[in-house]
Amino acid sequence: MHLGTWETKLAGPDSLNSNRFTLIYNREGFFFTSMHLILFLLFAAFCLAGAVNLLLQTHPINSSLSLIVVMTSLAVLYLLLGAEFLAIAQIIIYAGAVMVLFTFVVMLLNAGREDRTLGSRAARPIGLPAVVVILGVIATVIIRAQGLGAAHLGQGLTNAPNQSNLVLLSQILFHELLLPFEVTSVLILIAILGAVALARSDGSNADANERTAAK
Amino acid sequence: MLLDETHVTILAFILWSLLKVAVITVVMLLGIAYTVLLERKLVGRIQNRWGPSRVGPFGLLQPLVDAAKSFLKEDLIPTAVYRPLYLLAPILSLGCALISIAVIPFGEPGIGPHGLDLFEISNLNIGLLIILGVTSMGVYGIALAGWSSNNKYSLLGSLRSSAQLISYELALGLSLVGVVLRAGSLNLRVIVEQQATLGVATWNLFGGFQFLAFFIYLMAAFAETNRSPFDLPEAESELTGGYHTEYSSMKFAMFFMAEYGNMINVGCVATLLFLGGWTSPFGNLIEPPQNIFVHALMPIFWFVLKVFCFLCLYVWVRGTLPRFRYDQLMNFGWRILMPLAILNIVGTSLWLAYR
Repeated sequence: MHLGTWETKLAGPDSLNSNRFTLIYNREGFFFTSMHLILFLLFAAFCLAGAVNLLLQTHPINSSLSLIVVMTSLAVLYLLLGAEFLAIAQIIIYAGAVMVLFTFVVMLLNAGREDRTLGSRAARPIGLPAVVVILGVIATVIIRAQGLGAAHLGQGLTNAPNQSNLVLLSQILFHELLLPFEVTSVLILIAILGAVALARSDGSNADANERTAAK
Repeated sequence: MLLDETHVTILAFILWSLLKVAVITVVMLLGIAYTVLLERKLVGRIQNRWGPSRVGPFGLLQPLVDAAKSFLKEDLIPTAVYRPLYLLAPILSLGCALISIAVIPFGEPGIGPHGLDLFEISNLNIGLLIILGVTSMGVYGIALAGWSSNNKYSLLGSLRSSAQLISYELALGLSLVGVVLRAGSLNLRVIVEQQATLGVATWNLFGGFQFLAFFIYLMAAFAETNRSPFDLPEAESELTGGYHTEYSSMKFAMFFMAEYGNMINVGCVATLLFLGGWTSPFGNLIEPPQNIFVHALMPIFWFVLKVFCFLCLYVWVRGTLPRFRYDQLMNFGWRILMPLAILNIVGTSLWLAYR
């Protein structure tokens, strides 16, 4: 293989959306598929290590930080599969907002180091096999499911390589699935209103009194 | 979509990228150092005094001396701190402040060897979201610093800060939606090019009728960077220093640099989204210069000038306005900025639909 073959196309920013690399089977294509594989293994390892650490840590704040590692690594895995919007939404919403709330609560409660309990005696021999069986069942169902299609490392999710999946996602969400989407958002809104109403329940009388007094 | 097809070898691509990262990081750090000097000089003038003026001409070498001082100071670690997180927090803070610049385009695209972009580290089609994501991760630095210090002032400061950042992040994100709607893309380059045609007249701030969004962004950005008048997390008169009370030497300097780095990031985003980015305020009315160097450097000049103006505005506000009270801060964020931002989204979408 002479030097000329190095001059193949190297897609830039949207490389996640183009399935060009795996089509070109020369050194470059091999380089990219192997790079994706290395990244996948690295972040999958991070993800698993974070999850195990989450369980092993006795301090709540360490556990919540491990959960952040898990979520961020998951975001990288989404990115490797070509779902860039899902990846960044994962970081903004889960790692950025939800987990800040978690750490916030841990800090506010000033939760200290917890004692490790041995739990019930049955947990150890039964727990691990049970987890393996459940995960196996879920994995089998997903693999057997028809019509899900396949995603490959370093390729886009769609067949249109030049199109951002942001565009496709928004078309599906706001055109084809508009009604379910809006209904879900109303559902979430109701949950928020319910939470506010519950939180205010004892203070509402005092507020009403204040208002009448002000009048 | 933009699909930049470049014809380079992998090795050249990696080397160029590393070079860009190194140069931009150094420039960013220098920028941070001189933003501190700019603030001290300008606030000095506002308060009718000179500001730093002894080291070098006009005090221009002051940042170097400050850096040397930070390095040489004794690095204390209090005994009661939770060490791993205490050490991690400043790194997280500074890291998040320095990462955002990676997706910010600050010069004309397409200039560089082999079709590589010299003036942007990476061009992503979710660039804007990356910046928001990194900003939202920056909260951890402050929150963990306050908690791990094991000091009530620190904890109060970091709790205030986390609440403030979470509240204003919403208004900040919502204020950008109008711009994104107009551009139809989250790619920062597309957003800039959409404003480029007629210069000032087509900037989102003026021609795009996004001044309400700009106002909201400005307010939320002041709060996001913990700057006056929203500098409650480090209110000296109440908290002795806030989340970084227990930090000394370089670790304190890292928080300090992170704050100024965030100021620069916010200025860059405001420039890109509302002020036309690297394009000239005269738009295409002036013919592009023939000389390749002038052609390459003019956009950088405009970009830096716009960011500089934004930073001056920051300092001006700091020198002028007193600090908010905590309940005022929360009321302002949730009851005024949020509804205004949603109103702006509705208005912009209606206008776009009508057009």
